[in-house]
Amino acid sequence: MDGLDAIAALLVATIRAATPLALAAIGELVTEKSGVLNLGVEGMMLVGAVAAFATAVATGNLPLAILAAMVASMLVAFLFGVMTLSLMSNQVATGLALTIFGIGLSAFVGKDFIGIPITSLKPLDIPGLSDLPLIGPVLFGQDPLVYASVALTVAVGWFLHRTRAGLVIRAVGENHTAAHAIGYPVIAIRYLCVLFGGAMSGLAGAYLSLAYTPMWVENMTAGRGWIALALVVFATWKPGRALLGAYLFGGVTIVQLHAQGLGVEISSHILSMLPYLATILVLVLISRDETKIRLNAPACLGKIFRPDF
Amino acid sequence: MSPTPGTPRLDLRGLCKSFPGVLVNDRVDLSVMPGECHALLGENGAGKSTLMKIVNGVLSADAGEMWWEGQPVRVQTPSDARRLGIGMVYQHFALFESLTVAENVALGLDGAPGMEALSERIRAVSDGYGLAVSPTRHVHELSVGERQRVEIVRCLLGDPRLIILDEPTSVLTPREALALFEVLRRLQAEGRSILYISHKLDEIRALCDRASVLRGGRMIATVDPRAETARSLARMMIGAELPDLSERRTTTSEDHAPLLAVNALDMDRDDPHGTDLRDISLAVRPGEILGIAGVAGNGQNALMRALSGERLVARPEAILINGTPAGHLGPRARRDLGLAVVPEERLGQGAVPDLSLADNALLSAYRHGSLVRRGLVRRRHTHGFASRVIHAFNVIARGSESEARSLSGGNLQKFIIGREILQAPKVLVAAHPTWGVDAGSAAAIHQALVDLRDRGAAILVISQDLDELYTLSDRIAVIAAGRLSDSQPIHAVTAEDIGLLMGGLFTDHGPTGPTNDDTTMKGPGHVA
Repeated sequence: MDGLDAIAALLVATIRAATPLALAAIGELVTEKSGVLNLGVEGMMLVGAVAAFATAVATGNLPLAILAAMVASMLVAFLFGVMTLSLMSNQVATGLALTIFGIGLSAFVGKDFIGIPITSLKPLDIPGLSDLPLIGPVLFGQDPLVYASVALTVAVGWFLHRTRAGLVIRAVGENHTAAHAIGYPVIAIRYLCVLFGGAMSGLAGAYLSLAYTPMWVENMTAGRGWIALALVVFATWKPGRALLGAYLFGGVTIVQLHAQGLGVEISSHILSMLPYLATILVLVLISRDETKIRLNAPACLGKIFRPDF
Repeated sequence: MSPTPGTPRLDLRGLCKSFPGVLVNDRVDLSVMPGECHALLGENGAGKSTLMKIVNGVLSADAGEMWWEGQPVRVQTPSDARRLGIGMVYQHFALFESLTVAENVALGLDGAPGMEALSERIRAVSDGYGLAVSPTRHVHELSVGERQRVEIVRCLLGDPRLIILDEPTSVLTPREALALFEVLRRLQAEGRSILYISHKLDEIRALCDRASVLRGGRMIATVDPRAETARSLARMMIGAELPDLSERRTTTSEDHAPLLAVNALDMDRDDPHGTDLRDISLAVRPGEILGIAGVAGNGQNALMRALSGERLVARPEAILINGTPAGHLGPRARRDLGLAVVPEERLGQGAVPDLSLADNALLSAYRHGSLVRRGLVRRRHTHGFASRVIHAFNVIARGSESEARSLSGGNLQKFIIGREILQAPKVLVAAHPTWGVDAGSAAAIHQALVDLRDRGAAILVISQDLDELYTLSDRIAVIAAGRLSDSQPIHAVTAEDIGLLMGGLFTDHGPTGPTNDDTTMKGPGHVA
């Protein structure tokens, strides 16, 4: 049973490593589908992480902490929306500034919380099911945010392609001038999508500080926001592929960590590169059809919309 | 609430609209009766599009009233307009390329039936009016004519009582245009009103009951177009006499060597929607304009790219410029041989939208005269050159600092053609030189091309507009399915001949086209 347990441990670790990436990527995917490029994911995640942690320390109420993370990240996202959608500043520059702002703000708020322990988000424990070998811990022994990430991926995929609201979002991202001419409120729709992206980044941040490593460390996202951004592009704006990419990245990360632990005769620097290489390679391979990329990519991504008056 | 007979369906009273610094609509009155086809005429920049955006709720007026079937109304969004029964077919279609036809239609309807039900309704309407569209196809796969049908079907599903069409034939082939007219006549017979924006005067005379002329934002007159001539309408539109093209010279120049020659050019398509060129041969001699007619998408783009040097040809002697084999040369080397190109797309290919006119002039004229010295741009000379183009070709722009995108289509086209002509090219290749350009600018562009020819240049004009080719060309050839017919003197061919050739029915070589096709066409009108 030892081998099975080891595999189960590896899979559980993979899923845990992948979940924050998946959450943030799904949020950014919706934002980008509406035509807005928000490079501030990393910053929003950090703000969410520190808000969640601070609330957990202050109240001990984890659902409230998760909610606080979402609200805090949405506020930051709203700031981005005001800058880029209402004041029409450049999305790339504003997004980069947002990340830098998020790093600074979270470090400032979090300096009193360094080293404080909290009770972390508990995995589900379904008597019987959770004790099954292999599938017990993998399928029935995760914490609620893991299930939420999968459910949200499915929900977003369904929403974008099967509902009218999703169709409108895709239309706005595809051709904002035409959407405006037909009578859709382009700016308002984009605000909502930016806020959704913020909320999902908040969830991702909360997962890091409440479940993955239940503590606060400055800059604890360690580049995961950027990975999430890259996943969206490599996944050609498809939610299922973004989730797949996140799991792949998580899996290779965990495997190479184990390899380093076992003292494999390869430089640890090279091993650390593997997750990035593997993810890029696989996602490039599955999305090498150029026409499909052109069709899935929101044509107005990053472009500023100025309505006539 | 049934309006009394004689009540206009749409009645605009004293509409005013200004953008910063410009009064675009100045106290405009316009009324459209039920079942009437009403033309709105005007040059680019006369305020037609702005007026229609106000009616459609995309823009709001600064002052004035809009009455709908006897009631004052306020239309603040396109949904408001749709609820009243106003439908709009946009000139640059308001379509989403990556979405299917059904999704595009759904986006234009306020109630949202399920996709299956909607597809059924699309099929019903498209069958009913002979507007063949397939609901499941993606818009990016569709031709321009098909895209327009999607727009019209979308509009009709809202059951509009007033349909606004913004220059609907500017992108259509003659036959597609005739099919559109049939649809419009049926819609009119059903009691729907049609507001038809155009500057093609013959179309308006054939189709419309009344015509209102807008000039400089003011309503100049409302007339019966059938009682007017194309010439008198043009005069109202531009406020001056339309210049006559200078007399066509009858002397041909068979004895001169061609300045541009293409010899048995073959080129495979490089994207799935392209056309293979097969065995293309042509020759343009000094002082001659060769027109190439054809339905869009039959290889015109590929030919343009082969001629301009955007795509290279393996065999250098497939293209001879001024006698020099040039097939393997890039655009710059070909320019050095005396070639100038006016591409199809004004914004993007012909000019960079965000750059000033001076910088755009520099882009193709940088080796010309003294614009650049030792790799450094000489701003004063560049602006001087751009200003010369602006003055010589009567381009309406604030100056050489204006962004290219700020110019209307006709003015930008005049600028692009002027920029090339002032470099005194030996060979000029122009694609669709007056596409979407108003009558005044089109006449100026035609005159400029004729003048250049008379100075001894060889000119190749690719166009879908038969009237234009008849006005300009000395000889004409037809491109169909990537093959080019032999060229013939313009006075030796009728529009019917050209129509047959457009269907691919070449007599000498080339494909045998569809034989069951109805290829009869209306003869070209006689625009002054």
